[in-house]
Amino acid sequence: MNVELTLPTRKDEDFRYSDLDALATVWPVVREDIEVIAGLEESRQVIELGEGAVARHLDVRLGKGAKLDLRVLTAGPGYGRIAIDVRLEEGADFTLGAAQLATGKETLEIVTKVTHAGLNATSSQIVRTVLAGNATGTYLGCIAVERGADGTDAEQSVRAMLLDRTATANAKPELEIFADDVKAAHGCAVGELDANGLFYLMSRGLPPADAKRLMLQAFIAEAFAGAPGEEALDEAAMARLAKLVGTAL
Amino acid sequence: MTMLKIENLQASVADKPILKGLSLTINPGEIHAIMGPNGAGKSTTGYVLGGRPGYEVTGGSVEFMGQDLLQLEPHERAAAGLFLGFQYPVEIPGVSFVQFLREAANAQRKGRGEEPLSGGEFLKLAKEKARLLKMDMDMLKRPVNVGFSGGEKKRAEMVQMGILDPKLAILDETDSGLDIDALRICGEGINSIMRAPDKAVLLITHYQRLLDYVKPDFVHVLAGGRIVKSGGPELALQLEEEGYEAVA
Repeated sequence: MNVELTLPTRKDEDFRYSDLDALATVWPVVREDIEVIAGLEESRQVIELGEGAVARHLDVRLGKGAKLDLRVLTAGPGYGRIAIDVRLEEGADFTLGAAQLATGKETLEIVTKVTHAGLNATSSQIVRTVLAGNATGTYLGCIAVERGADGTDAEQSVRAMLLDRTATANAKPELEIFADDVKAAHGCAVGELDANGLFYLMSRGLPPADAKRLMLQAFIAEAFAGAPGEEALDEAAMARLAKLVGTAL
Repeated sequence: MTMLKIENLQASVADKPILKGLSLTINPGEIHAIMGPNGAGKSTTGYVLGGRPGYEVTGGSVEFMGQDLLQLEPHERAAAGLFLGFQYPVEIPGVSFVQFLREAANAQRKGRGEEPLSGGEFLKLAKEKARLLKMDMDMLKRPVNVGFSGGEKKRAEMVQMGILDPKLAILDETDSGLDIDALRICGEGINSIMRAPDKAVLLITHYQRLLDYVKPDFVHVLAGGRIVKSGGPELALQLEEEGYEAVA
């Protein structure tokens, strides 16, 4: 077990946008180990729908050729932090599909560090954040490729949707590459719902909240596409989205 | 009862006046065509009637089957029986046509106090209308308009109109981007869906060619944000021959 006892401060880059008062109520965070041994495949889900503060830190180790499909849905907590450290050995594959949905004064964050330590490992991260009211949503994602980890293929796709101008999205993709033969793609965008699309849907009879919900459903769909238990994830997300479009200012 | 009564309508986009006193009355059973040069205010007319944000009404009134249309939100206008066919139908990635249309149809029914359509009832209706427009039902399972050709988008608009079964259809350049066959199919679709004693159509178009298939009862020339000339179907032919400048 690995526990950091000292409460972080804002100077700590990984906690720069955290709600430190809320974090203090759940500190220290016990790290959760997830190890997938060589050649095996696993899938996991982290679903946080409760209202209280929650902070989790997953330590993922993937052996040679191991695969992990991890899906994260944070939708409800006043403060929700999911930190994920992943270390990939040769030929391992890591998939993260995450959605964080917040309103009011909620603060949600996903912080990842994905380390490619062996040859030909692949990782893909898709994070979708929807924010209403005065909520804050953060994604800090570091991809580290160690010396000699050639053949690495790492992807990050990070998008945030603001339903109100008063919400805040932070996104910081980061690459640390010490190998030569590496493919690393990252895309990051913060936006608002397409007004043309909304009007089109409403002109067919959908009330504004339903039109927004449909578009948001499409926006986050990629995060859960192909996941084991996709339907349950979608359903939980849908219920939350209905609340978000209802509370948008 | 009058279907649509527009009186001295004035509207601005980004503080620029576009409609400057448009008046038009449409009765049930009638098909009207508004023609006019680029920049006359044709699309603005459609958007203002549909309630598009950013199109500000600065004067005049619009009554739709006895209701003050301008007081209604876009979705309420749809539930009241108004359909706006888009010149450029919007692509919405990730949202399936079938899901969206069923939700839209049922939202309209709810707004009118009617029972929702079941999944089976809706699919039957959608299939029937898709067949009418010679559209493959599989296309309606795809995301809204994504990857559709110009002609497919316009046919999909007509399928939507068939499913939603409006009282008044305002069709903004439904003929643009259509090849000859698609033009005929859309024209026949409009006739089949909207030619009825209790329905009406307002066609907004540049050209006479759609009017060969959908025969208008009245043709109006829109220029400078108001209707400058009205007549029967012969007016469209005259415009085609002589041009807007000569006629209006």
